[in-house]
Amino acid sequence: MSATLFVSASFPDGSGGGLYVENAKIADIGPHVTRVSHGKAAQVIDCRGDLLAPGLVDMQAFIGEPGAEYRETLSSASRAAVRGGVTTLVSMPNTTPPVDDPAIVDYLKRRAEEKALVRILPAAALTKSLQGREISEIGLLQQAGAVAFTDGHVSIGNAGVMRRAFVYAKDFDALIMHFAQDKNLAGEGVMYEGEWAVRLGLPAMPREAESIILERDLRLVALTGVRYHALSVTTLQGLEVIARAKKQGLPVTCGVSINHLTLNENDVSGYRTFLKVNPPLVTEDERIALVEAVATGLIDVICSDHNPQDVENKRLPFAEAAFGAVGLETMLSAALRLVSAGQVSLSRMLEAMTSRPADILRLPQGRLSRGAPADLIRVDLDEPYVVDALKLHSRAKNSPFDEAKLQGVVKLTMVAGRVVYQG
Amino acid sequence: MTHLPHLFRHRHLLGIEGLSPHDINALLDLADEAVDVSRKVDKKRDVLRGRTQINLFFESSTRTQASFELAGKRLGADVMNMSVATSSLKKGETLIDTAMTLNAMRPDLIVVRHSAAGAVHLLARKVDCSVINAGDGAHEHPTQALLDALTIRRNKGQIQGLTIAICGDILHSRVARSNIILLNTLGARIRVIGPSTLVPDSIAAIGVEIFRDMERGLRDVDIIMMLRLQRERMNGAFVPSIREYYRFWGLNAERLALAKPDALVMHPGPMNRGVEISSDVADGAQSLIREQVEMGVAVRMAVLQALAQNLPDTSSEQGRNQAVAQP
Repeated sequence: MSATLFVSASFPDGSGGGLYVENAKIADIGPHVTRVSHGKAAQVIDCRGDLLAPGLVDMQAFIGEPGAEYRETLSSASRAAVRGGVTTLVSMPNTTPPVDDPAIVDYLKRRAEEKALVRILPAAALTKSLQGREISEIGLLQQAGAVAFTDGHVSIGNAGVMRRAFVYAKDFDALIMHFAQDKNLAGEGVMYEGEWAVRLGLPAMPREAESIILERDLRLVALTGVRYHALSVTTLQGLEVIARAKKQGLPVTCGVSINHLTLNENDVSGYRTFLKVNPPLVTEDERIALVEAVATGLIDVICSDHNPQDVENKRLPFAEAAFGAVGLETMLSAALRLVSAGQVSLSRMLEAMTSRPADILRLPQGRLSRGAPADLIRVDLDEPYVVDALKLHSRAKNSPFDEAKLQGVVKLTMVAGRVVYQG
Repeated sequence: MTHLPHLFRHRHLLGIEGLSPHDINALLDLADEAVDVSRKVDKKRDVLRGRTQINLFFESSTRTQASFELAGKRLGADVMNMSVATSSLKKGETLIDTAMTLNAMRPDLIVVRHSAAGAVHLLARKVDCSVINAGDGAHEHPTQALLDALTIRRNKGQIQGLTIAICGDILHSRVARSNIILLNTLGARIRVIGPSTLVPDSIAAIGVEIFRDMERGLRDVDIIMMLRLQRERMNGAFVPSIREYYRFWGLNAERLALAKPDALVMHPGPMNRGVEISSDVADGAQSLIREQVEMGVAVRMAVLQALAQNLPDTSSEQGRNQAVAQP
């Protein structure tokens, strides 16, 4: 395989220099890596001071394949991903059929290798048919290549089932990822309870819908010792529960979607269904608390919660419209808003989207170190652009950032030493 | 088989718990003699002549009930089988009322199986005769443990010092509990192997070493005891599927090879071939599974005889109304 040399790069930690890629891995990095020292490289890329960072690792993306290819395929998702700087994404099991059989994991892996430009790692169902009743074949699914176990955007209501699933998963040292939301408390709610829900006259859910399930889950984690990742924490109560569990030293991590960090429920005004996501958007005060939690590391990971929905499911009255927003392509530049606002450092922001999720998933990528896979992105942090949803590369165009002015453009994406995108 | 080398001074056999090594060895010695009796053409003895034995099975059973019936008949007792389908329990009678009713018929020995742990103890407190636990819920199945011990002792010479792996559904298994207590009492080292859903961490409290994977757990063991996995536990409640269970916790020839070369395989039956055990292992040279069934009859003969010796003498007419002396 040909070698690649990046020169004049800035790295997330503020240092600069060159980075040398050989055999799909980072072979050397630092100020000593130059054209002179590594000039034999077949390909030299001058970053001209741009950021050279690990490719993003997205822990939560919904893809329509198999079963809903009209929304998104592995191929279209990966085209969006490379433009957004995402080089690894974990696909959620909420497909048709759901990813609850080793044969489907195997299919997805083969199909992704054939069709996708990025690494797509299947998460498998924690319960059969995502029904929340019976444990899925965690051992066989893991052997087939499932990286985590989750029912995706379906929350498991039965504490007895959850306990057994945790106990069983622990034997395989499997990672559980759960969407914590009490179905009965959430009911028909499409927003969190509060002023905006009242003003808009929309059905709403209490924040306890999140915290009660999180509380339950984390007590079960204490009981069983399973590795647990809360996919999306959005409330102050939820953060409190996570903070307590972490203080106890439990093997608990959590994520938040880019939507919850950069949008608030005021944005829903006018019944904009492209901002209808689950969990619902929060108040500005809560949003700021979430951003702070990312800065301190209480929230470990930022995910895209990429969820393509076709226009027919979105052009409906708010309460009837589908939940979900696409996010792969805009995640990085939306996150950079928080960096330029001085709320989170660039290195922490990138860590939450690269090495931290990679650590949780026990993946070698997501870091700029010798021997790590050469999954890299070159980003011009200053270049502004206006999002045009119609030009996004996802099949579905349900972006909450349509017409938003963002900053930070991915110039190049490399996966396993191969340039898969150049802008 | 007329003399007891060690007087077995218990009125009932409700469990292995509470038996001393002497008690257990006395029963096994007696059972060794019963094996010889059972292998003769004329198997009939008269040590229980005139005694009435009731087999009261609230839970269906083929082999245990047949084994107790044969054991009683070989010793000359009059044996009556009562199963739940024909009992008045269906008509709403309580367990205690059933016990009182049967007691009024003056049996000498009652063999009881019940789905609820402790049910046999409850019944034993309400009757004047000897009670043998033939399995109560997930609590104990003492004659199974004794027959397993007899089988091991006859093949390995002694139990002391052996490493024994019990594999599978420990959580719901009365066989496992009784075996763990007995084998610990006789000085074996016990490992239990299975997923945490079926082998909870708390089981370590009764003196076992827990292993989650077969490959490590079976290394260098002398005896492998497989347990039956009930069908209702295979479909996602405790384990996700049969194929996953067999893949990770089934006993096949490859895994058997990890144990000592002279390791022996046991199973209390009935087996699920292809779920917890492969057919080649179940029927192979290292399998003791059929021998266990033979030992079952002998052990039950020994237990019936040992308990009958503590019953009032048949010649004593007043004895029938006295409570049997407790040790």
